[in-house]
Amino acid sequence: MTIRKTLHATVNGERIERTVDPRINLVDFLRHDLGLTGSHVGCEHGVCGACTLRVDDVVVRGCLMLAVQIDGCRVETIEGVTASGEIAALQESFVARNALQCGFCTPGMLLTAAELLREVDNPSRPAIREHISGNYCRCTGYEAIVDAIQAASAGRGDDER
Amino acid sequence: MSDRLDTETPSPLGQSLPRSRAQRTVAGQGRFTDDLSLPRMVHAAFLRSPYAHATINGIDADDARAHPGVVAVLTGADLAERVARFAGRHPLFPDLQAPEQSAMPVERTLWQGEPLAMVIAESRAIAEDAAELIMADLDPLPVVASVEAALADDAPVLHDAIGSNVGLDMHVGNRQPDQPFADAAVEMSAVFRFGRHTGVTLEPRVIIADYRSAERRLDVFQSHQCPHQQQDIYARLLGLPEHKVRVVCGDVGGAFGLKQQLYTDELAVCAASLILQRPVKFVADRLESFASDTHAREHVVHARIGAKADGTLVGLDLDDRFPIGAYSQYPRSSVGEGSHVLRMSGAPYRLRDYSCRLRMIYQNKPLVGHYRSVGHPIACAVTEAMVDRVAARLGIDPVEIRRRNQLKDAYFPYQSPGGFSFRYLSLDACLERLVDLVGYDDLRREQRTLRDRGVFRGLGLATFVELTGTGPGYYGADNARVSAQDGVSLKLEPDGTVRCWTSLTDQGQGIDTGIQQVVAHGIGVAMDAVTVDSGDSATTPYGGGAWASRGAPVGSEAALRASRKLKGNILDIAAALLQTTRDRLDIRGAGIVDETGATRMDLGELATIGYFRQELLPADLQPNLFVTEHFVPRLDPFIITNGIHFSHVEVDTETGFVRLLDHAVVHDAGRLLNPMLADEQIRGGVVQGLGAALFEELIYDAEGQLTNATMADYLVPMAGEMPDIRIAHVETPEPSTELGSRGVGEAGTAGSAAAVLNAINDAISPFDHTLDTLPATPERVLRALGRIG
Repeated sequence: MTIRKTLHATVNGERIERTVDPRINLVDFLRHDLGLTGSHVGCEHGVCGACTLRVDDVVVRGCLMLAVQIDGCRVETIEGVTASGEIAALQESFVARNALQCGFCTPGMLLTAAELLREVDNPSRPAIREHISGNYCRCTGYEAIVDAIQAASAGRGDDER
Repeated sequence: MSDRLDTETPSPLGQSLPRSRAQRTVAGQGRFTDDLSLPRMVHAAFLRSPYAHATINGIDADDARAHPGVVAVLTGADLAERVARFAGRHPLFPDLQAPEQSAMPVERTLWQGEPLAMVIAESRAIAEDAAELIMADLDPLPVVASVEAALADDAPVLHDAIGSNVGLDMHVGNRQPDQPFADAAVEMSAVFRFGRHTGVTLEPRVIIADYRSAERRLDVFQSHQCPHQQQDIYARLLGLPEHKVRVVCGDVGGAFGLKQQLYTDELAVCAASLILQRPVKFVADRLESFASDTHAREHVVHARIGAKADGTLVGLDLDDRFPIGAYSQYPRSSVGEGSHVLRMSGAPYRLRDYSCRLRMIYQNKPLVGHYRSVGHPIACAVTEAMVDRVAARLGIDPVEIRRRNQLKDAYFPYQSPGGFSFRYLSLDACLERLVDLVGYDDLRREQRTLRDRGVFRGLGLATFVELTGTGPGYYGADNARVSAQDGVSLKLEPDGTVRCWTSLTDQGQGIDTGIQQVVAHGIGVAMDAVTVDSGDSATTPYGGGAWASRGAPVGSEAALRASRKLKGNILDIAAALLQTTRDRLDIRGAGIVDETGATRMDLGELATIGYFRQELLPADLQPNLFVTEHFVPRLDPFIITNGIHFSHVEVDTETGFVRLLDHAVVHDAGRLLNPMLADEQIRGGVVQGLGAALFEELIYDAEGQLTNATMADYLVPMAGEMPDIRIAHVETPEPSTELGSRGVGEAGTAGSAAAVLNAINDAISPFDHTLDTLPATPERVLRALGRIG
């Protein structure tokens, strides 16, 4: 007999309460219980980065956390940061530079890129490449992604000046 | 009606425009197949064979069936009566012996990972729990897991009816193998080994089969490249009429040829939906992906080349041993890779003597299918490595030996010894462009200087000729019903915007944007007045989907023709309303303009009359604002392209690590529909080839057990180790179409591994050793250097 557990969390600004199997991982919970299908499942062992999302402002792998671990936490997914406009410049930059092809890695890549731009002003190309090394992209070969992140970073600098 | 192709009117065609499809995926609003959920949907998990070869004595699923939440457990025996058998034959290779397959095996399993039983349950987790309760009574049989084991005199034979493990043994060329090359001053030989790898789409294979008994109708939602092909297969193998089968491919998270054919587990899911009469979903997990997705590129190639003292190449003699796994992949067969090695090796050069033998070999491994640039990377790597070997022996620079031997403009049209007619190839133009682009001579000087300081850098070139836009006749009609033509439908909406459906499919290449550009150009409307939908076998024109880089050369020509047709129909209506003739009118933006350029009426106004106010039109004019055109190139069997890759590497001779410093490609894709998207196709393809060159290999042990089936152990390129990639184009219009485009999607993969191999060997040339195996892992580099045994 499975013991189910109730969790309370704030997901993309909405307070939720759900009862879940303790074994369900966070990204499956978000996708299948909450319908937040923007986070993707690529490897289920923490390597590919397709399930990247944020818990209490920290970028995490949604496949390496259990849903029950977000009890009392704030979770943000690609749907949330799109709605808030927080990463609009990055998203525009990705589209303009064609920094995505199939788009499966893109939500995770964007959240990882946003983390870098929050920490570093105008990161160098090697620094960008290093930072996104935990997010696999099988389509682009990465160069366009690096270009797009660099462009978004430069654009942000202009706005601030 | 003016032809805007040849006017100065601004057109989106040829511009680097971003993709509309990208808008939704950056916002997390993509609709990938696993994002869908249907009423009463249940989930499948498979029990897969733990052995590479075993007799199936029985499968006891009683405990699994009794597990709470389990709906059904189905085995090969349950499906045998309901699903027709099939075999991966090929009309152009009548001697290819392809044993039949079934949805799931009954008597014998022939590869580790082969599905043996399917559990269907309320959730995937429950299905996996129950799969663990199944007792499969299996007796292991002797395993054939390598080329050597398969060809040994006393090798166990996988398929008794064939009598050996060789499913095809054929020869192409103008001479018998193993003859000395007359008047060759040098003859060199080598044995090349290429690691088995796979496409590793970040989104795994996903399928939802939804059979509704009341209508006897099967809807399949699938992450796939070829919805019409799948409609045909499911209809035939499950005994349904084609118009009752619909295959819908939404957003697809990477495909690369891996999602181009039939998988037995996916067929079993469709059968399960028919049996259970409810939707069944299956999502491959990553382990299943490595162990059951189509594999590619495992080859052992014995090569011999002859040349005169001045570097003139005389002949090439190859023997390709190509192990394909347990069966020939259905429906396209597994021969494609070997066929391209057989016929495309040596293609860029004028060779008096050419001979290639191909043996397609069965072994106890998953099936070999098609992976981006099918076979070309092997043909290119072997050819280019041998050319460089001659150059090194004779003290000729790699650029110079290519200048001396590549097919010259004056030779065309040229009949290749592999059996192709090359109308024209821009080989020399690409080579000279590349030499300029990368500053080749400066890098050679730098290389010499650095060597004195113990830094070993290498320059590698790889010229290639590539078959794209495969025409009719290659697959024939009987076994693999693979359509070589593509279609485009256009509808003028009542507000004057245009909706487009195409049989092409887009897994991120951007061909739907390319089609949008052609349609906007062809009609004369703005880009944002056109939307393109694809991936639905029920609503799009019949066609091939995505394979053989066909979007630009084949589908876009259909789009141009459909646009012309719709424009003609629009202008007929406009001419009647404006009491003029259609040759005096044109479409510009959202309006109909006359010869002075003045707007005479809105497109929306015209469409409104066409749909709602026909009484305003002459009695004999029936407005037709929905048109369809199909196109297939008929001039040549393939649309042939060429290009050249350059790799600059640094080899650490102490650790064996290879650092990629630079990579460049010059390619001839004819007219570019969208230069940015073409460049990004090439870059992505290059990086997949770089993975093949340095990292990617499915490592099987002698028992046919896959030993590295995780993303942490099977290495794909990561951002930190990849170089920026420079790209230039030579644009020779393709003569068989009006647009003049050639395929571009696979060019990046065709030659990138070959260039790296040559660069590594150039870097280590002072040590008088060569590397002949890819991927070039540090261990292999150190072995090549003789530093480890």
